[in-house]
Amino acid sequence: MQTPIIQIENLTTRYGEKIVLDQINLDIYPHEVSVILGGSGCGKTTLLKSIIGLVEPDSGTIKLFGELFNKADEQRYTHTLRRIGVLFQNGALLNSISILENVSIPIEQHSRLDKTLIEKIVTVKLQQVNLADSAYLLPSELSGGMRKRAALARAIALDPELLFCDEPSAGLDPLTSENLDKLILTLKEQFNMTIIVVTHELASIHRIADRIIFLDQGKILFMGTLKDAKSCGISEIETFFTTGSF
Amino acid sequence: MPVNQAQLNIKDQQLSISGKITHDTIPEIQKFLRKNKSISITAIDLPELEFIDSAGVAFLEELTQATFPGAAINNASEKIGQAIKTFSSKGSQLSPIPREPNFFESLGNAIFKARDALVESIYLTSEIVLWSFVGVFNSRGRRKGSVIQQCYLIGSNAVGIIALLSFVLGLILALQSAAQLRQFGASIYVADLIAISMVREMAPMMTAIIIAGRSGSAFAAEISTMKVTEELDALRMMAIDPIRYVIVPKFLAISICMPLLVTLSMILGIFGGLVIGLTYLDLTLVSYLNETINILTAEDLLVGLSKSIIFAWVIVIIGSYFGFKVKGGAEGVGRVTTSAVVASIFAVIFLDALFSLIYMI
Repeated sequence: MQTPIIQIENLTTRYGEKIVLDQINLDIYPHEVSVILGGSGCGKTTLLKSIIGLVEPDSGTIKLFGELFNKADEQRYTHTLRRIGVLFQNGALLNSISILENVSIPIEQHSRLDKTLIEKIVTVKLQQVNLADSAYLLPSELSGGMRKRAALARAIALDPELLFCDEPSAGLDPLTSENLDKLILTLKEQFNMTIIVVTHELASIHRIADRIIFLDQGKILFMGTLKDAKSCGISEIETFFTTGSF
Repeated sequence: MPVNQAQLNIKDQQLSISGKITHDTIPEIQKFLRKNKSISITAIDLPELEFIDSAGVAFLEELTQATFPGAAINNASEKIGQAIKTFSSKGSQLSPIPREPNFFESLGNAIFKARDALVESIYLTSEIVLWSFVGVFNSRGRRKGSVIQQCYLIGSNAVGIIALLSFVLGLILALQSAAQLRQFGASIYVADLIAISMVREMAPMMTAIIIAGRSGSAFAAEISTMKVTEELDALRMMAIDPIRYVIVPKFLAISICMPLLVTLSMILGIFGGLVIGLTYLDLTLVSYLNETINILTAEDLLVGLSKSIIFAWVIVIIGSYFGFKVKGGAEGVGRVTTSAVVASIFAVIFLDALFSLIYMI
């Protein structure tokens, strides 16, 4: 069996009194698309943010690429971050610069490539998310779906080994959502990317998921393949897959 | 972590690359090619290439199109070939760079913008003034206790800083004039000078400038953030007028607080002068206060207080105007806040000059 790319042991996170994540143990294997599922407020986004180090856990350890995520070692930390791409829930594009610059930033900052090459890479990335026509617009001039696609282009600018997507298809029309899923699958195939997606869209889950992680009230209710999930005998999960709601 | 390296070799005008072509290894490859500039390459051989990322694909395209035009790519494995096909930039093109307007176009835009700004500010002012006067008698459309809360934020919280600065201002004015007046044996007129200048000019202006910096900026930041986060739209959709809900409480609160703060400032300014009079000029307390009371008229007080109310309204209106005008996100909020403070301080000083002229005539 392959060694996991993310190892989480006994992760517990609290917001004040409220326990958001309760003793989570989770391994994520490379070259897979893992989908984190669960009703709202069950800790999906917190789990994602804990893994990428934006939320400090109260106890437990998280290992990325086999080593602890250690913010004290600046150089290692930066190096680890370069291997990760994150698509935030609301895009989180920098509002003061154009889409083109937003996507170029990670490449400019973290590689020694020349300008023409960077522009070429950015062009391809924007083409892949269907935004080549809007390259010189500011994020505030785009629609919500376009902003999300631009944010995905930025997240994959450096072809990261690990890609986190927080609700990539929320607020998108079905066609764009399908194209986005295709792009995610292409990235997985071509670059051996490991992708972790938080989503509720049943259609999207069927298209991309290799593995399902079902959270409920801060605990993992089920973890396994899509096929197993449909016949796992846990009523909440089976209801979700038949009705699409929790 | 995987070894990030590319092995390069040139043989019979054929460049072979094995290992990896990624954004990390491209600079190395470029360096190698610069070293072997003299050799023209007709083919790129990739039999043992393990991995290529999208930067690598762009780089290969650059090689076959610009550096060595017409060079062929040979022996790429199926996966690499697929990657090259998927991430090819063929057929993708960015929209053209938008053209910058020329001088006359910019001038025209600026004129139209200024006209729109004038019209907008007149509308906004009329709306704010109307609803504020209505709001005195009718508290519909605003939260309970919001005027008192605003009084606390605008007024109570500013008492300390205004008291301190006015006292120091009175001190400085007295000290500067005392040195001159003393030479003529006219020390007692320091009291007149401080009384008149504090009550008519300095107290209203100083207070207005401090409030513009403290509260004017806060108004602009609050309103612009509410606009950016669609809170104002949400209020409108609940049939709540944002002007009545957000601005009227501020308008009423500042109208109450400003005259009080200015009065405080006047008193402390005179007190500052008194301290210098007693210590530096050896005046008696009674003679100083007597002189102050004799020289001040009700008109002076009215001039000072009427100015303070006008300044207060100007600060609210300018803060709200810039708040409503915000565009973009966080950066826009910062920009309008700065503009609001600059514009309201400018307006306060300009109006003060205008008032001085009017009262002279």
